[in-house]
Amino acid sequence: MAGLEPYKAAQQGLSFLHESGKYKGILGWLMSTDHKRIGLMYLGALLSFFSVGVTLGVLIRLSLIAPGSILNAQQYNEVFTVHGIIQIFLFIIPGIPVAFGNFFLPIMIGARDVAFPRLNRLTLWLYLAGAAIVLLSLFIKGEPPDTGWTFYAPYSIQTKANVSLAVLGVFVLGFSSIFTGLNFVTTIHRMRAPGMGWFRLPLFVWTLYATGWVQILATPVLAITLVFIVLGRVFGVGFFDPSRGGDPILYEHLFWAYSHPAVYIMVLPAMGIISEVMPTFARHKIFGYKAIVYSALGIATVGYFVWGHHMFTSGMSDTARIIFSFITFLVAVPSGVKVFNWVATLYKGSIQVDSPLLFALSFIFLFSIGGLTGLIIGSLAPNLHVHGTYFIVAHFHYVMFGGVGFAIFAGLHYWFPKMFGRMFSERIAKTGWAFLFVGFNVLYFSMFILGYQGMPRRYFEPPPQYHGWSVVSTIGSWLLAAGIIIIFSNLIRSLFKGPKAPSNPWGGRTLEWSISSPPPAENFAEIPVIGEGFYGKK
Amino acid sequence: MNAERASRPETAYVRYVFTWALLLALLILTIAIAKLSLLASYSVIGSLFIATVKAGLVLMYFMHLGHEGRIVKGMLLLAVAALFFIIALTFSDVWFR
Amino acid sequence: MERNSDTESIVHAGAESGIDYTGKKIGMWLFLFTELLFFGGMFLLYSVYRAQYPAEFHAGAQEENLLLGSINTTVLLTSSFTIALAIAAIRRGSRTLSMYMQLMTILFGICFLIIKYFEWSAKISNGIYPDSQLLLDMGKGDILFFSLYFVMTGIHGIHVLIGVVAISIMLVYTWRGAVSKNSFIRLENTGLYWHFVDIVWIYLFPLFYLVT
Repeated sequence: MAGLEPYKAAQQGLSFLHESGKYKGILGWLMSTDHKRIGLMYLGALLSFFSVGVTLGVLIRLSLIAPGSILNAQQYNEVFTVHGIIQIFLFIIPGIPVAFGNFFLPIMIGARDVAFPRLNRLTLWLYLAGAAIVLLSLFIKGEPPDTGWTFYAPYSIQTKANVSLAVLGVFVLGFSSIFTGLNFVTTIHRMRAPGMGWFRLPLFVWTLYATGWVQILATPVLAITLVFIVLGRVFGVGFFDPSRGGDPILYEHLFWAYSHPAVYIMVLPAMGIISEVMPTFARHKIFGYKAIVYSALGIATVGYFVWGHHMFTSGMSDTARIIFSFITFLVAVPSGVKVFNWVATLYKGSIQVDSPLLFALSFIFLFSIGGLTGLIIGSLAPNLHVHGTYFIVAHFHYVMFGGVGFAIFAGLHYWFPKMFGRMFSERIAKTGWAFLFVGFNVLYFSMFILGYQGMPRRYFEPPPQYHGWSVVSTIGSWLLAAGIIIIFSNLIRSLFKGPKAPSNPWGGRTLEWSISSPPPAENFAEIPVIGEGFYGKK
Repeated sequence: MNAERASRPETAYVRYVFTWALLLALLILTIAIAKLSLLASYSVIGSLFIATVKAGLVLMYFMHLGHEGRIVKGMLLLAVAALFFIIALTFSDVWFR
Repeated sequence: MERNSDTESIVHAGAESGIDYTGKKIGMWLFLFTELLFFGGMFLLYSVYRAQYPAEFHAGAQEENLLLGSINTTVLLTSSFTIALAIAAIRRGSRTLSMYMQLMTILFGICFLIIKYFEWSAKISNGIYPDSQLLLDMGKGDILFFSLYFVMTGIHGIHVLIGVVAISIMLVYTWRGAVSKNSFIRLENTGLYWHFVDIVWIYLFPLFYLVT
């Protein structure tokens, strides 16, 4: 890669996987402030929780085609609640920033670590502690939360389940997220290598910046809302209790004022990964770099103000409903810009359909479906019909799983050789992808049909007319699970037995490809100096 | 930045004393307005306005916001705007039901 | 010398050569923004419920002890003054003055908490506390006012306590020389936190004691 010659740091130095420093063994990892080790520990935890969440999902689908034979109604409520809590708070919100962001942000900007390495380590400990508390809430007294991951008042205040404990766990997790965002924003402001001006930043870094701001400005609203739940349960403070003057719709406002921006915490870094993968495999620079930067910032900003679209049927005023619906339509525009730009990047490129690109192309397809259906849901009149149905469930799985999930798989395959110094089997990766892609669409497209036909969500025993497509959907879940097993087996096996990877197996142009695989502990022998035309070269 | 100011010792301490005195004066003013029911129905706005002036003094002179670069000032604006719009959008519901 | 790295394209934050003073300050400001949004959720509730029950909030404020509230406001404003002096002092090498000012700030903080304790005790012994029968027998606006009072001043009080602990740690650091003329960012950041806590009270005071 001609462009990287000036930046090739000397390839000496032991890789970060070797032992060094005061602590040995496991402690050497848990006490490490090295962003690469922290990133890998996060990655391991994330993928483990994801697997548990998928298992719960498969269980939900089994129960739905034979209600009562595996789970009773109370257990069903608990299972879908825990499925949501794990996938959202333990996997997808921390997701890309804590795994790939931690590992690659400093390297991509030419730094040795993040601005606050010890704070970074604290976020890992907070994440593990928060996860432990959430898991504890599942088992104490045998009463896991049954409120749905959304913890709506008044039920969340009244139910006997372990809501306070679960909510405390999420509170702790929230601080992990806040400090990660704070760390990344400061890092990007202060630690860029000489010559790396803002408009020479890799697009993945830009999305981490935008995401960091959302983490800083939105998560605290969730934090105080969770405090209100605990105050209600423990002290009888009735902010959301009409008999005490409170308003349950205010709970929804506060909850979604975080939880909608949260989906941008999920999707912006995912889009960043796609923006890295597309140019590499098209052997062509990204189309419209500045447009993508501005649309990322635009999505973060506008997305902050659309939360009411989760509440159209709650009893909100008509004024509010019109305003939120309008802003929801606005936020689709920058997403559309990105999709056009990614596709345009392929034009006249020399396309190499390796597994990272397969996942990235799937992202574009699946996220577009999810996004377009979001417009349907964001319109006030159709919303009345589809709110609370499987149409919604299908929509958010298309954007969060088909979108963010597939982007995570893209990033996983793209960066696997760099992180571990080994190559995986392309053939098996593509096989896994095929099962995953087909299974995904069978599983979730059926839900669009079911939702449109009126099947309600979160019901233990759906009315019998929905049985046909339900069975189809469940079969999709088995294909999807098989795909995930194939993908993970491939990667885990390659971790130990894969052939050694070169520093730049894909021909990438960002700084991580200029150092060895795996990277040395100090990242760079010398901090690179970035010259003209670094990132934007054809 | 702050090096120059520290080299003029009297000014540095004195500035804080003036700011503190001004804060106390504003406190007396805001209590007076409330007790005397001056401004009547504007008193909520009035007391919040005075509170904002006091907060501004603390920000500018105790927290040295005036000496920070555009970056920190811009970030603060972003945070305050975020809070403002969250409350405003919530009122688009609550006020029009 | 730290530069404003965002007006120039060449930047190197001194990560190789020691601490990044500006970076640490930016980090602290970012943390304060999270606190702003955290308290913001409570202010949101207050503003919505006050708009719905203006008369009851007015009546509730009249029942508050204006003298104690004013004293507390004076105490916190003065404590902001003393911590600002403490930082100015250490930057000029006046270690002893800085330590005295930090100690004053701690004492003011404790004074604030003691007064708060008396205010709360008075209410609680009169039967006014969340979920008390007396409170529940009142009108909805009154229930909301007093609930907000306890929650907002309570969470604020916790922040005051955390600040007192943090400044105490800084006092020890200053005594030992870990905070000094050449290394004062930790004290400065602690000061920023303390000023923020003061600003929250600057708004709480009129909202609970002065609404007329």
